[in-house]
Amino acid sequence: MASTDIARGSLERHGLSDEQLRAIFRNMLLQRQLDNRGFQLNRQGKVPFALGSEGHEALQAGAAMAFDRGKDVLAPYYRDLGLCLGIGLTPYEILLSIFARAADHNGGRQFPNHYSSKAAGLMSFSSILAAHLPHAVGAAYAMKYRGETGRAVLATCGDGTTSEGEWHESMNFAAVHKLPFVMLVENNEWAISTPLAKQMAQPEIWKRAAGYGIPGSRFNGFDPIQTYAAVKEAMDRARSGGGPALIEGTCYRYLAHSTDDNDMTYRTREEVTQRRSQDPVPAFEAVLLEHGIMDAAGIEAMRKDTLRETNEATDAAEAMPYPQPAELYTHVYEGAWQPWQS
Amino acid sequence: MAVVSTTGSTVMNNVEAVRATLYEAMKNDDRTVILGEDVGARGNVFLITKDFIGEFGERRVIDTPIAEASIVGIAVGMAMEGLRPIAEIQFADFIYPSFNQIVGEAAKIRYRSNGEYTCPLVIRTPYGGGVRGALSHSVSIEALFYHVPGLKIVAPAFPADVKGLLNASIDDPDPVLFLEHKKTYRLIKGEVPNGHYTIPLGKANVLKEGSQLTVVSYGLYVHWALEAARSLQDDGVSVEVIDLRSIRPMDKTAILNSVEKTHKLLIVHEDNKFGGIGAEISAMVAEEALFNLDAPIRRLCGPDVPAMGYALPLEEEFMSSPAEMADAMREMVKF
Amino acid sequence: MAKSKPAPLDFVRQGLTDTQLVGILRTMLMQRTLENRGFQLNRQGKIPFASASEGHEGVQAGAAMAFERGKDVLVPYYRDLGLALGIGVTPYEVLLSLFARAADHSAGRQFPHHYASRRLGLHSISSVIAAQLPHAVGAAYALTYRGETGRAVLTTFGDGATSEGEWHEAVNFAAIHRLPVVFLCENNEWAISTPLAKQMGQPDVHLRAEGYGIAGALVNGMDPIACYTVVGEALARARAGGGPTLVEAKCYRFLAHTTDDDDSAYRSREEVAARRRDDPIPCFERLLLEQSILTAEEAAALKRSVLEETNDATDRAEAMAYPAALDLYDRVYAEGWQPWRA
Repeated sequence: MASTDIARGSLERHGLSDEQLRAIFRNMLLQRQLDNRGFQLNRQGKVPFALGSEGHEALQAGAAMAFDRGKDVLAPYYRDLGLCLGIGLTPYEILLSIFARAADHNGGRQFPNHYSSKAAGLMSFSSILAAHLPHAVGAAYAMKYRGETGRAVLATCGDGTTSEGEWHESMNFAAVHKLPFVMLVENNEWAISTPLAKQMAQPEIWKRAAGYGIPGSRFNGFDPIQTYAAVKEAMDRARSGGGPALIEGTCYRYLAHSTDDNDMTYRTREEVTQRRSQDPVPAFEAVLLEHGIMDAAGIEAMRKDTLRETNEATDAAEAMPYPQPAELYTHVYEGAWQPWQS
Repeated sequence: MAVVSTTGSTVMNNVEAVRATLYEAMKNDDRTVILGEDVGARGNVFLITKDFIGEFGERRVIDTPIAEASIVGIAVGMAMEGLRPIAEIQFADFIYPSFNQIVGEAAKIRYRSNGEYTCPLVIRTPYGGGVRGALSHSVSIEALFYHVPGLKIVAPAFPADVKGLLNASIDDPDPVLFLEHKKTYRLIKGEVPNGHYTIPLGKANVLKEGSQLTVVSYGLYVHWALEAARSLQDDGVSVEVIDLRSIRPMDKTAILNSVEKTHKLLIVHEDNKFGGIGAEISAMVAEEALFNLDAPIRRLCGPDVPAMGYALPLEEEFMSSPAEMADAMREMVKF
Repeated sequence: MAKSKPAPLDFVRQGLTDTQLVGILRTMLMQRTLENRGFQLNRQGKIPFASASEGHEGVQAGAAMAFERGKDVLVPYYRDLGLALGIGVTPYEVLLSLFARAADHSAGRQFPHHYASRRLGLHSISSVIAAQLPHAVGAAYALTYRGETGRAVLTTFGDGATSEGEWHEAVNFAAIHRLPVVFLCENNEWAISTPLAKQMGQPDVHLRAEGYGIAGALVNGMDPIACYTVVGEALARARAGGGPTLVEAKCYRFLAHTTDDDDSAYRSREEVAARRRDDPIPCFERLLLEQSILTAEEAAALKRSVLEETNDATDRAEAMAYPAALDLYDRVYAEGWQPWRA
């Protein structure tokens, strides 16, 4: 099948080439593989904890495609496995984090999925919802301060985080100073067990933008191309000095919050099953097939390859050592860790 | 502003020392930005940054919205991204909304990222009472924070120390909480060496040597303790007064050396007694120098009530006077 | 940046009797006189501190008229001298607070203007901005929880407070639970020295209501009858179970923040002088004279009476005793203050 870009019927590509579309799909497959691998390892008793991101694949792969590596900065949250992959983190790095190995970026200190990588422009973050958003705004201020155009900060969060005071304070400051800051909300309708109706009184988060005096919009987060278009538009505006935006991608969280959560205690199997009909991975697979961008054999090969990659990363990471106990005392400060100075 | 003397130093008060130091920092490093409420057009409510915005511009002197959590949080992000922010919390009493950003984020960033991300941040805030500040303009907060690994805390009492420690805090690659006792702002004057210098964190200062009692203090009370100690000299009572200056890290050697000499320890601080700084000092000395002591360690501290009240008798009851400190010193020397 | 202009002052009675209208003017005059008395006493060295509320007389007297004594709850901020007076705090109590006497609501503990009175439904507040808003929402929740219709919570704050995380969290929660609370923003354009343009990305606070899914309203804060009307509608909606409203009353702060502030450092005399044209007291007085609700002689007599009451309150309060020093240790807990148990 030819890989050159030919106008295909009704597929709106927003400038994405076949190669980019395949890369998006690969990211989605890899995200799901790695996501599931975490749960598997937990069930096998090999790791104590894993977080799920099933349902977010299109949103994260599409957003990653709009991210400018080496220039933009990412301030994600702990469900952004696919987004971190998409901006350059490798499966090996992800598994190192899941296994809490010494070679992990964070030396095995952080919870899984709390990646950081200065090289990739991925800011270190904690598990505290919204605490990373003022950091993202500060980073955007630093960019503007140094007169750096062509760069912006992409910050993400879930629907639950938008209730946090620090979400509000961050949006407000970014708006006042017209910062190169894009707030991408991944609205999956659940904050652990809190449904949207208990999180906010009107369910369209993007509508708050007008209150801050900034542009806002909403898009279908199950569609990676629409996601790409929306994120690119907002990031381009931010990079060229046009100020911040609030963009909301709707999706759904198919699994429980984490391996320590049982979602059957707060929602029905029927609801989850019904929403599976929108699952972005098979949906995009169908789009690629329909428009001749990939064929069944190619997809099968890609699946096998992502599985192979996942397996190799798992084996390599698992074989690595834990950090030494003496490591506990490093990086408290630049110098000595003791509070009493001799 | 102040008189330049011929000995290479200038007489100034604590407010002027903060101002002069911040000014030089802004001039010498354009990664330095100041952010906080009313720091720009108003020049800070104590006029510390008066006219800074005119000279350095609103890009570098930022009047923030009223949002303390994000004043610190945004400063954290700036620091992670290569600026050297100096955040101001207008009164220490307003710091509580920023608590997570300070102890959960700033203090842990280096540690959690294995050194890849760091947080070179200074948070300045005026604290302390004696100014009729009542419940929301008088509190001491050091005890809430000194517990936290990854954070540094200093509380200088003299202008020369203000300059040296503020410079050191600004240079420090880790987050520093810089506490300024507001009553000492205009009250305390002293010689401040000209030119740039730093005082290392974790080093106390022996203000007055003595042989019969060690008094450890910081902030406003260091001045009262010194006054009290001097008043006892004519009666032949010899008291050594140590100004901690730095709360985390804290100078162990200075305290232990002094206790080894005097065999008695009195800790004086304005903050509430229970769980205050004095508690840690007492535990450390009991652990490491028990047999040097000829008397139980004593702490003369703020009472364990929520705050000093606005009415003068309530404020006076809360705070300790030089006379009260002198009484405590006399009693301990007699023990 | 376009700013919504409040409607001009025109006379619509809104069911208010002459007595009530004159009562509104009296409250406004009392607010100003007491406030000026605080500044005077400070200049005379008799009290260390006073805060300013000139410019807020219209919104506070109007809102107070809509407040239902014995039913509604007020959770104000420290600039609400007139509102406190309007719901029943006496000039004597205000002076006791300024002089920090033992007979004051807080027994001399609190800063001036931090009143509290369970009898009047006036909550205890601190000086920390927006900290009172979650309290107001919690109080409203309690009312709903106990099935108490016909009661509402009125909570007030300035423009600066709307930047606080806790403002956001409070409004969001009230919206989700459709609580009987009215959020009244007294937008006087200045947060100490921070002008609106540095506080928020767009200047109309009430426009944020839609994002939260609640009702919003704009009113001329210099017009007491308009404020009575709009705040009254919002309170009626709340009492009837119709949920929260965000009301924005545009006014202006004529003086500095407090006796410790010097506003010449950050705004021009010309700006303040120009805004004096909208001074609510002369405007309302003129209206009452034009409508023959008051004669010039009656207005003068009213002012004399207010001054007499202020002088009387000053003398009586000044003559009262400070709290005893040992009062410091009372009411830390229900019993005892020591942290160590014997």
